[in-house]
Amino acid sequence: MKQKRIFSKLVLLLTGLFFYLPILYIIVFSFNDGRSLTKFEGFSLRWYDKMFSDSSMMEALGYTILIACIATVVSTIVGTLTAIGLSRSRKIMRSLVMQINDLPVLNPEIVTAIGLLMFFSSLGISKGLGTLILAHIMFCIPYVILSVTPKLRSLDPNLADAALDLGATPFQALMQVIVPQITPGILSGALIAFTMSFDDFIISYFVTGNGISNISIIVYTMSKRINPSINALSTVVILLITIALILINIIPIIQEKKKGRNAK
Amino acid sequence: MKEFRNMAFPYVIWIAVMIVAPMLLILLYAFTTAGNDVTTFHFTLENFTRFFSDMVFLEVLRRSLFIAIITTVICIVLGYPIAYIIANSQIKHQVRLILMITIPTWINMLVRTYAWMGILQDNGLVNQILGFFGIGHVTLLYTDFAVILGMVYNFIPFMILQIHASLTKMDKSYLEAASDLGADKVQSFLKITLPLSLPGVISGITLVFLPAVSSFFIPKLLGGGQYVLIGNVIESQFLTSGDWNFGSAISVIMAIIIMFSMYLTKKVDKDESAKGGDTV
Repeated sequence: MKQKRIFSKLVLLLTGLFFYLPILYIIVFSFNDGRSLTKFEGFSLRWYDKMFSDSSMMEALGYTILIACIATVVSTIVGTLTAIGLSRSRKIMRSLVMQINDLPVLNPEIVTAIGLLMFFSSLGISKGLGTLILAHIMFCIPYVILSVTPKLRSLDPNLADAALDLGATPFQALMQVIVPQITPGILSGALIAFTMSFDDFIISYFVTGNGISNISIIVYTMSKRINPSINALSTVVILLITIALILINIIPIIQEKKKGRNAK
Repeated sequence: MKEFRNMAFPYVIWIAVMIVAPMLLILLYAFTTAGNDVTTFHFTLENFTRFFSDMVFLEVLRRSLFIAIITTVICIVLGYPIAYIIANSQIKHQVRLILMITIPTWINMLVRTYAWMGILQDNGLVNQILGFFGIGHVTLLYTDFAVILGMVYNFIPFMILQIHASLTKMDKSYLEAASDLGADKVQSFLKITLPLSLPGVISGITLVFLPAVSSFFIPKLLGGGQYVLIGNVIESQFLTSGDWNFGSAISVIMAIIIMFSMYLTKKVDKDESAKGGDTV
């Protein structure tokens, strides 16, 4: 029995090592004094210095954050309203929309990417920041809908109707009765949308143009030559996503605590 | 009930334009020839015959399938025990362990794949460790091994999470009943746990095989510039040679292969559970 437990611990330890070794590796070598990706030659912040003075990297970081923020706000609002609308639509309509909604989630990303590329080009829309934002909104909304819908299912539909009967305008009923009850779903949808947009490579790579890059595209194009500033940039990316992840995991705990306190 | 219903309408128009129209465009381009404009469609199967009559493309297809299948098999073989161990640990540890598996998937895939370039290099970490044990230099980067490793690394979390979910959903009283009836551990695993966790394995296969067969940046970063899988062919058709018709046709072929393999795994799953029903 004891042997078995040690074996399990060992497997889990190796699993953790396998998953986190590359991430730690990047972080450690971002502080390397030398150019090498294999030999640590002493602590230094020179690659961070280089990264902050590299205009293309800073621009990419800025675009990534800008696109992620716009895509998150738009997809959260549209996704939430759509999910609420669908929860009250006829079944045929709902299942049809949900099936098409699943397509970008289930399709290989490269297929979605070439579809959008040809779509934008045939409409004569020039590729750049605009197409990037449209594409990101397109692949973020499905995730918001998928995370809001289960919350709506457990919602009593009579509550909103009662509010309407009591003279609330539809907007008031929406904002004061429905939305507060599905806030956890909306928030987790928003955070999923943010990280999806922030990390996206394949779709962005195909629909961008006009010299506009996000972080993933910069890493992809720069990784062909050794450039340790990539490590510094990657470390910043890892840090930002970790903060977002901590928020995702902490918000529900805080909400639970609040609820518990209110109940008392 | 009807209030709020029309809030879904803008999105209906949006998906028609942004999801359905691009998909139809892919089909349209796949079945037409280059240089046609909207007024003169010329339907043809030329793009498909070109793919299947060229040994180079067939070899790429064979290799893509080979790499994706090997990746999927490794993900099952390694992922199942990990999921099993997690599912059998204490609840409070389980949450933490699942978080441990999930967190890396949220970090940029490209960044994590790039990290392996340093680890696998000729004088990288792996070779340094091997050297410490007296094993000479092994070329790792830009090989099949590196590409498969990169894919397993990126996609195995999906397999672990799916299997874990199906294992925790399982009714533990079946196992108690089995041991009461005299089954030993191996028997009850083979007769109960394994069949009941099969749906998790099946959805895990979907989540691993699909991105593995269509991946193009993992082979490019870890396989080197010469390493070509079907995803790289599609990429170059669109971004280098600009042959959208041929590129669309290849992605239609890829989509059909994916759909066919999904159908196959689902069928195997159904047959297996039907068989299980007979013996029980």
